[in-house]
Amino acid sequence: MKNIDYEDQGQFCSGHVACPGCSEPVTIRVILNTIGDDAIGVVSPSCSAMISGGYPISSVKVPMFHTTLESAAASASGVKRALNARNKRDTTVFCFVGDGGTYDIGLQALSSAIERNEDILYFCFDNEGYMNTGGQKSSSTPLGAVTGSTPEGKFTQKKNMVEILAAHRTPYVATASPSHLNDLKAKVEKAKTIRGTKVIIVLIPCVPGWGLAEDGAVRTARKAVEAGVFPLFEIEHGERVRITAGRIDEDLRIDGYLKEQSRYRRLDAGRVAALQSEVDQQWRRLRSAATTADETSSIPCKTPTQAA
Amino acid sequence: MTTTVRERSRGVLLSGNHAVSNAVMLARPDVIPVYPITPQTPILERITELHAEGGITAELLTPESEHSAMAACTAASATGARVFTATSSQGLLLMHELLHFASGARTPIVMCNVNRTPAAPWGFWPDQIDSLAQRDTGWIQLYSESPQESLDSVIQLFAVAEAVKLPAMVSHDAFYVSHAMEPVDVPTQELVDAFLPPYRPEFSLDNAHSASYCAPTDQATWRRSRVDLDAAMAQVPGLIRSTGARWGELTGRHRDLLEGHHLEGAEVVLVTMGSMAGTVRHAVNAMRKEGLAVGMLKVRLFRPLPAAALREALAGVPCAIVLDRNYSPGTGGVLHQELKSVLFGTPVAPRLHGLLAGVGGVNVSSARIREWVAEFRSREARPDPVWVE
Repeated sequence: MKNIDYEDQGQFCSGHVACPGCSEPVTIRVILNTIGDDAIGVVSPSCSAMISGGYPISSVKVPMFHTTLESAAASASGVKRALNARNKRDTTVFCFVGDGGTYDIGLQALSSAIERNEDILYFCFDNEGYMNTGGQKSSSTPLGAVTGSTPEGKFTQKKNMVEILAAHRTPYVATASPSHLNDLKAKVEKAKTIRGTKVIIVLIPCVPGWGLAEDGAVRTARKAVEAGVFPLFEIEHGERVRITAGRIDEDLRIDGYLKEQSRYRRLDAGRVAALQSEVDQQWRRLRSAATTADETSSIPCKTPTQAA
Repeated sequence: MTTTVRERSRGVLLSGNHAVSNAVMLARPDVIPVYPITPQTPILERITELHAEGGITAELLTPESEHSAMAACTAASATGARVFTATSSQGLLLMHELLHFASGARTPIVMCNVNRTPAAPWGFWPDQIDSLAQRDTGWIQLYSESPQESLDSVIQLFAVAEAVKLPAMVSHDAFYVSHAMEPVDVPTQELVDAFLPPYRPEFSLDNAHSASYCAPTDQATWRRSRVDLDAAMAQVPGLIRSTGARWGELTGRHRDLLEGHHLEGAEVVLVTMGSMAGTVRHAVNAMRKEGLAVGMLKVRLFRPLPAAALREALAGVPCAIVLDRNYSPGTGGVLHQELKSVLFGTPVAPRLHGLLAGVGGVNVSSARIREWVAEFRSREARPDPVWVE
C-alpha cells in the first residue's frame, strides 16, 4: 500500500462530527491541504457542512460560507466576483456540495455557473443519496439501492452527471475516490492551474447509508473503482478524456462490490444483471471516448472578468 | 464655496426604471447579479449598457434565475462588496428563501422591485402584494411614488442598509412608475460620492481572518441573531430621517418616513403607498378647493413599520381611509391590517376604513377617490375590507 504523497499543513482539524469510519474527512483533508491558505469555501447543507463545523467552531482553517442547498455554485460566483472587485483574483473559491445539491436541487445553478465559466473549483461528495438527512434517494442513487424513500430498491438508474458536465464543455471535470488519494491530489493540483469552472466528483461510500462495515468505506470505494462501477478519469473542455484508474480485470464482476453493502439486499439476479450491464456499457463508452478523443482540440474559454 | 442645487444636478427625462439604473451607476456598486423579468427589464438593460460604456464598473453576473441572482448577491455582499439587484413579482417570490437568508446573514444588499401581480392568473399589472408578502423576511422596505423618488431611494438605501447591515428594497409600481417618464433631477457623481462613501464593511469573508459565515447554530444563538436583527431594525427609522434630511440639504428633496399632504386640520385622511399617492394628491387638492378638510398620508417606509410616526400623524384625525393596491386573502389590504395594529390601544384612534382599490392594477381615478371619501367619511369603522372599483 502506498503512502499518501502530500504535506499536511494543518488545513483541516480533528474533532469534527463525521460518522465513525467515514471516508469524507480524509478526502477533505487532502483537498484542503492541496488547495492551501489562499482560499474561501462555499458549502451547502450536506455532510460536508456538518463536518466543516457548527458555530462557533470550525474544523476548516479557511473561511467557509454556508449557503442554501441549491445555491453553492451561485454563491461561489458571488464570492469570486466580490474578490475580483477587491482585486484578489488569485484566491481559490471552492464549493463543498453533496450529490443532492449537485445532481438534484443545485443542478440549475451549477449549469449556469459553468455556462458563465465562473472561476470556481466545485467538489461534489457523492454518497449516492440524501445521507445527511437520514438516507433518502437522490438522482445519484443507483438502480436497486434501498434508501429511506426507496424501500423496494430504486427502480431507475443513477443520473450520469459527468456526461452532463462534459456536454457543458466544462474546462475541467474529474472523478476521484478516497481509495486513490494521490490521484485526488493530482487532480486538485491540476484544477488549480485552470481558470474557469472545475468540477470534481468524489465517490464517498456512506457507512450507515450504504450499510457498510465501519472499516469498509475505503475498501468499498476501491472496489467501486476496480470493478468499473466508478472509474476515475478527467475530461477537459468536454473532449479530452483521460482514465486514471478503472476496471482492473475485464472479467471482474460487480458482485464483490455489491456484497459490501446492505443497501443492495433487495437485488434479485435480474437486477444484478441489469446493474452489471449498465456498468459494462458505461465502462465501454468511457474507454472508447478516452481512446478516440482528439488530443489536440481545445475550445477557448474565457472567465468572466472585469474590463481592465 | 457653495453651489446651488441646480449646479449639482441635471434634469433628464427618465422612466422610473431608468432613473433606478442611473442611481445604481452613481452609487458605484461592486457586484450586480441580475435576471430579467417584465417590467423590470429596462433597469437591467440600462445597467448592461452603462456597463458596456464604462459608466458602471461593477462585476456583472447574469445567472439562470432570480434565486441564483440573490444567492450571488448574498455571498458577494458577505465578501465585502456593495451589491445591487432588481426584480419583480415572480422573481421576488422565487427569491423568497434567500430574502430570509440575506437578512439573517446581515448583508446590506439594495434591490429595486417593480410591483407586479403574481400568477395565477398571469398578469403584468401594478399590484403591491409581491413585495408586501415579503414583509417578514427582514428587509427594509420603501415604496416609491415617482421616478425621482426611486432614484433618491436607491442611493439613500445604500447609506441606510450599510449602516445597520440589513438588506433593503425599494418598490415602485409596474408601468405607472416603472415605464412612465418624467423630468428627473440626476445629481452629480461628486454629490453622491459626498453622500455615500465607499462601503467599508466591519466584517467580511476574508482568508486573513478565517471566520466562517452562517454556520449551523444552537437555539440560543439563532434567537440572539433575531434579537440583534430587531435592534438593527429599530435604528432604521432614525437613519431614514437623518439620511433623508442630509439628502434634502444636498438636493432640496427631503425624504422622510411618511409624507403628508394637507394634513392640517384634516377630518379625513387618505392613507396609501406608491403611485396611487399621486392620484390621491390630485383628489385632495380638488376637495380642499371645495372646502372639505381632507388630507393624505403617504407611507414611504413600510418595513420597519414606523409605528410612532404613524400614530403621531393620525392622532386626533376623526376618519382615516386606507387605499390598498393589494389583497391578502383571508384578511384584506395589508396596509389596512398594519394600521389597525398600529392604532390599536391609542386613546383617540380614527374611524378606520380599508378599501381594496386598484387591486390587479385597475385604474383608480381622482373622481372615484372623491366619491369614496363622500361615502365613507361618516360611516362607522368596520374591521373588514371593502372591495371598491
